[in-house]
Amino acid sequence: MPVPILAARDISKSYGRGATRFDALRGVSLDIVQGESIAIVGKSGSGKSTLMHLLALLDKPSVGSVELSGRDAASLSGSLLNTTRNSTFGFVFQQFFLTPGASVLDNVTLPLRIAGIRGAERKRRGMAALEQLELADKAKNKATDLSGGQKQRVVIARALVNDPSVIFADEPTGNLDSATGAVVEDILFDLNRSRGITLIIVTHDEDLAARCDRRVYIRDGLIVDHLGTPATAGPAASITSGAHA
Amino acid sequence: MNGVDLVRSAVSNSLRSKTRTALTVIAIVIGAFTLTLTSGVGTGINAYIDTTVASIGASGVMTVTTTAEETTSGPTEYNPDSTALAVNGPPGQNNTVEAITPADITEIEGVSGVLSVEASLAVRADYVEYNGGTQFQATVGSFIPGMSLDLATGAEPDSASGDYEVALPTSYVEPLGFSSDADAVGSTVFLGVTDATGAASVVEATVVGVTAEGLVSSTSIIPNTALTDELYAVQSVGLADTAKDSYASAVVRFDEASSDEQVAALKADLADLGFDGITVDDQIGAFKTIIDAIVLVLNGFAIIALVAAGFGIVNTLLMSVQERTREIGLMKAMGMSGGKVFGLFSLEAVFIGFLGSGIGVLLGMLAGGTINTVLANGLLAALPGLTLVAFDPVSVGVIVLAIMGIAFLAGTIPALRAARQDPIESLRYE
Repeated sequence: MPVPILAARDISKSYGRGATRFDALRGVSLDIVQGESIAIVGKSGSGKSTLMHLLALLDKPSVGSVELSGRDAASLSGSLLNTTRNSTFGFVFQQFFLTPGASVLDNVTLPLRIAGIRGAERKRRGMAALEQLELADKAKNKATDLSGGQKQRVVIARALVNDPSVIFADEPTGNLDSATGAVVEDILFDLNRSRGITLIIVTHDEDLAARCDRRVYIRDGLIVDHLGTPATAGPAASITSGAHA
Repeated sequence: MNGVDLVRSAVSNSLRSKTRTALTVIAIVIGAFTLTLTSGVGTGINAYIDTTVASIGASGVMTVTTTAEETTSGPTEYNPDSTALAVNGPPGQNNTVEAITPADITEIEGVSGVLSVEASLAVRADYVEYNGGTQFQATVGSFIPGMSLDLATGAEPDSASGDYEVALPTSYVEPLGFSSDADAVGSTVFLGVTDATGAASVVEATVVGVTAEGLVSSTSIIPNTALTDELYAVQSVGLADTAKDSYASAVVRFDEASSDEQVAALKADLADLGFDGITVDDQIGAFKTIIDAIVLVLNGFAIIALVAAGFGIVNTLLMSVQERTREIGLMKAMGMSGGKVFGLFSLEAVFIGFLGSGIGVLLGMLAGGTINTVLANGLLAALPGLTLVAFDPVSVGVIVLAIMGIAFLAGTIPALRAARQDPIESLRYE
C-alpha cells in the first residue's frame, strides 16, 4: 500500500476554552492517496471545513497529527509549510477571492508571484493555465468583469498554475447555477483523471459528492460514514474513523 | 515573492484607492514642503555666511588675547607688571583686559605650531577725504595677509608693498566725489589722524580697490600693512613706550592645513600660557549656532506636521488591511510568509511617504525660488549675494529619506496586523 499523500491521525480541534469551548473535530482519522478524488460531506458546522483546513496545513490540530507523505506536519518548519502550500496545493473556494482591480492573468499568476517566479515565465505558465480553461482571451480583462462561471474557471486556473498534486475545493459549485456548476465539476474531475491530481472536495451537495471515488460523511466533528474505494490504490480498510456515532 | 514584485505590488496596491492615498499624500506634502523651506532657509543663510567669512578673516589665523581673570568673587587684584586696556564690550559695559606686550609675543612665538605672531594694531582715523571735498568719519578695519576681501572692483591692498594702499567700501565712493567704483581706484585719499598730544596730521594713501557691501566690514576702510603701521606710528606720537607697545590682541598664524585636533592642541598650549585663541571658525561658529538653533525650531514645527501625517498613514493602511483581509488570507493560504506580507504593507507606506515627500520637496523648491526672486527685488535688495532659501542635494535627499523613514515606522502598525492575520479567520465565510 502506497504512503498516503495526506493522512489525518486521530485529530481533534477545539476552539476557545471553559464554558465557551467548542469542539469542531473530535478524533478523525483519514488516509488520502495520490490521485484519488474524495468528498468530505457534511452540514454547516459539522467540522468539514475545519478538517479541510487541517489537511491543507492552514491550521494545527489540538490533538493528533496530520502527515504529509508520511511525515508529521508538526515537524515541518514554517517556511517549508508555506512552500508546500504554495507548490503542492491548489485552492478553489466557493467565494472566488479574486483581486477585483487586477487583471485575470495577474489573479491567476498570484501563486507564482508568491513563489518568486520571474515575469516572463510567470506569464507563460499563467497563459497556459488560462488556455487549458479556455479563458486565454480574457487574460487582460478585470476579474470583476467576468461571469460567475468564468470567475470559478479563473480560480481553477489559479489553483492549477503551480502544477499542484492536490487541489482543495471548498464548495466549488456553491455559488454557481447548476449548468455552470456542472461545467466546473467536469473540469475538476477531468483534471483528476487526466493529470492524476488528488481532489479533496468539501461540499454538502450529494450529487457532487457522488461523482467522487470516495465520500466521507462528517457530523458533529466525527466521521459517521464512508462510501466508495480509492480509484488508484488501497483497500477501503485504509479508511478508519476515530469513533463511530 | 521577490523584491521587484513586492515593490510593484505595493505601488499598485497604494494606487488602488486613489482618493484615500491622495489625501494621505497631501498631509505628507504639507510637512515635506515646510521642512524643505525651513531647512532651505538654514542652508541659504549659512552659505551666505560662508561666503562672507573670507572677508572677516583668513584661515590659518587665530586672534589671541590674554585670558580674562575670573571676576566672580570681586574685583581683580592689580598687577603692576601688566597694562590694562579697555575693550569695547556690550553696550553700557566695558571689559578690562590685560594687554599683550612684546614679551608676551615672544612667548607665544615659542609655542609649537605657531608660524608667526603679529600684534594687531588698533588704528583710528578721524576722517577720510578726497581732493579737498567733504570729510567723512571712517572706521579703519584690519587686513591680515591671507584674508580675502569681497571686492566690487580693483585689487586687495598689497601687504608686501611699502606704499600706503587702502580699499574703500563702496558706500564711500560717491559721497567722496568719485563718479564710479572704477574711478576711485588709483586716486589718492587723505586720512586724518589725531595723536596722543592732540596734534592733527594727515596720511596720504592710494585707493587700490573698492569692497562690496556684505554682512561684515561694509563700512570699514581697509589699509595694507604699511599704511596700518604708519597710522599707528602717527597716532601713537606722545604715548609712553609701554602704552605704545601694549596691544589688545595679537594675530597668530598657523598651518592652514591643520586639523581640528591640531588647532585644539594649539589653543590648549596657548591657554596654558594664559592666552585665549579664537579662530575665525570659532567666531563664525557662534553666529551659525544661533541660526542653526532658529532653523531647528522651525524644522521642529515641520516635523510635528509630519508626525500628524504619519498617523494619517496608519489610518489609511489600517483601512487598507481591513479591506483586503481576504486577499491577505488568500496570499497566506497560498504560502506567502508573514514577513513578506509585512514587507508588502510597509513598502506601501514607504511608497506613500516617497510620493508625499517627493511632491512636497519639489513644491518647496519651487516656492523657495519664487520667494528668492521676490525678496531679492524687495526686502533683501540691500544684501546682494544673499539667497535666502538655498537647497543642497544632500539635505533634500535627507528630507526625502527621513520622511520615508517616518512613513515606514507608521506603516509597521498596520503591516504587523496584516502579517499576523490568520488565513482561516480571513477566509471564513460559513
